[in-house]
Amino acid sequence: MRTLIFRTVAPYLTSLMVLYSVFVLLRGHNEPGGGFIGGLIAASALAIYGIACGVSPVRRAIRFHPMAIAGFGLFLAAFAGVISIFVDVPFLTGLWIYPVLFGVELKLSTTLIFDIGVYLVVLGSITSTALALEERERD
Amino acid sequence: MATTEKPDVILEDAFVLAEPALADWFIAGPLILGFMFGSLCLMQRKNTLLQARIAIVGLVLMLLADIGLFLNVLENGTVVMTMGRWFPPFGITFAADMLGATFALIAGIVGLAGGIYGLSDIDDTGRRYGFYPFLLLMMAGVTSAFLTGDIFNLYVWFEVLLIASFGLIILGSEREQLDGATKYAVLNLVATTLFLIGVAYLYGIFGTLNMADIARKAPALQNTGPHFTIAILFLFAFGMKAAAFPLNAWLPASYHTPRIAVSALFAGLLTKVGIYALLRIFMTMFPEDRQELALLIAIVAALTMLLGALGAIAQTDIRRLMGYLVISGIGLMLAGLALGSQIGLSGTVFYSAHSMIIMTALYLLTGVMGGLMGTFDLGRAGGLYARAPWLAALCLVLIFAASGLPPFSGVWPKILLVKGAIDVGIWWLAAAILVSGLLTTIALVRMFSFSFWRPAAEEDLEAFSFADHRIAISATVGLAALTVIAGIFPEPFIQVSDRVAAELNSPTSYIEAVFGSSTEEAN
Repeated sequence: MRTLIFRTVAPYLTSLMVLYSVFVLLRGHNEPGGGFIGGLIAASALAIYGIACGVSPVRRAIRFHPMAIAGFGLFLAAFAGVISIFVDVPFLTGLWIYPVLFGVELKLSTTLIFDIGVYLVVLGSITSTALALEERERD
Repeated sequence: MATTEKPDVILEDAFVLAEPALADWFIAGPLILGFMFGSLCLMQRKNTLLQARIAIVGLVLMLLADIGLFLNVLENGTVVMTMGRWFPPFGITFAADMLGATFALIAGIVGLAGGIYGLSDIDDTGRRYGFYPFLLLMMAGVTSAFLTGDIFNLYVWFEVLLIASFGLIILGSEREQLDGATKYAVLNLVATTLFLIGVAYLYGIFGTLNMADIARKAPALQNTGPHFTIAILFLFAFGMKAAAFPLNAWLPASYHTPRIAVSALFAGLLTKVGIYALLRIFMTMFPEDRQELALLIAIVAALTMLLGALGAIAQTDIRRLMGYLVISGIGLMLAGLALGSQIGLSGTVFYSAHSMIIMTALYLLTGVMGGLMGTFDLGRAGGLYARAPWLAALCLVLIFAASGLPPFSGVWPKILLVKGAIDVGIWWLAAAILVSGLLTTIALVRMFSFSFWRPAAEEDLEAFSFADHRIAISATVGLAALTVIAGIFPEPFIQVSDRVAAELNSPTSYIEAVFGSSTEEAN
């Protein structure tokens, strides 16, 4: 798969896909999208980069081990639920704030933190699997 | 700048607006702590020492949350928290009655003992492969399964604990482990699939998955749908999870392959989740179907306890012997479910708690003995008494407790069960309980005399040093101490199990706790 065309295109494709995955993540909640599908898109972006340029550049690029990323995502998701304890509502209750930034109203919520957690769990675990499989292929 | 609330919906219609008491958070505690500390361990993959420390702190905190929950339930009755504060049938409810809280408490104790034993049993490679993250996630799964009040959520927790247990069982990736894990995984997934099919039927008939909601709708719908089919599906699925005869093949095929700490946790926790689910489904949700199935469950119970004990006698590997004892114990727990009476259920609950502690302790002891003898094979075992006489005392305590001999914790639940069986005139069930106790004694004493009294096969074994086994033995002694306490002062324990049985026999308290005053308006 390491043709010249693919190797040239892959970095651009990967960065576009990661960007798009963040868009899909933020678009979630009331419209199609969210953490799971966003994480899948990001993971496939990294997988494409791995197929084109080899696994070690990917591992260098993401800096942390994919499983550690998944672990952080899980922590974030659990933490999003625990915030409820400070406002006297049950575990995992969605809490919203609507700050206005430069005249634009932002809808921020604990649901979003949870979704980012899901995004990272999916990204980490799928990337971990994909990279392991891509590595095995070259033996 | 920021407004906190945008009231574009009428909140009273959608949400439970009552603020949960801070003590109610204990019900979500094991779940939160398990996930948080598990993910912290996962982030520290390389740093195996720090990982172990994080995990032990997490397990201690989980146990504290379990204790807090238990005391809260003991004092105030069933504790309910509906996630996201949606109204109960729509939101996922966590509801801890005495049954769930008791099981969660014992699970917390067993999990901590297993985690401490793992400090000495699991090497750096095992930790890098994720022993501690898997352990914490499994504990979160097991405890949440005991606490959830939603049957689909119960399925989710079964999946969580199963996936974590798959990771634990292949820790080390030896050929034998993969063989055991394959059987374990396939047969457990069959059971899980049946469970899911049962849930799907249930939703088709009741239109709800909330256990309390199903329980209050069940009497009216008793004759309208395939009630009995669902009951049979659940009996099959959870009978398989609990390793009841004739669905027990996966247990002896897999439980001897992983590390001892893992086997001990599996033996203590996983089959009991099956028993818990059977109690919850047949006592809270389908009491009438349980009466129809009582004879079948009683026969299964008698065969399970007898064949489990006979299987134990036939084994030459100590770990496999223990695996069969787990099965035999499951038979006893099913006996109380078959009886369904106050005294029978009380016996079942007490025996389950006893069995969780004692089977874990026996496996941990097996690990210490195997480490000293260099083998788990009874044919080559021997020489332990000369090297560690006090280990014989510890072993005897656990043997007496497991066989149901006084003065240890096994005797009281057996008395309750035998009395319950005789009260309703099922003499053969009472006889099976007594005979299985005798067979268990034979199996364990055989193991004891081979490994302690026979001269060692190899003479050049180094002398025993307490320091090498300090951690492993302290975990075992801790569990053994509990069985001694429960044996000598059974009164508070029987009071708790009596209260659990009373709650199981009248599920209205559970339903009212979940739905509160809204019960009438739904009818």
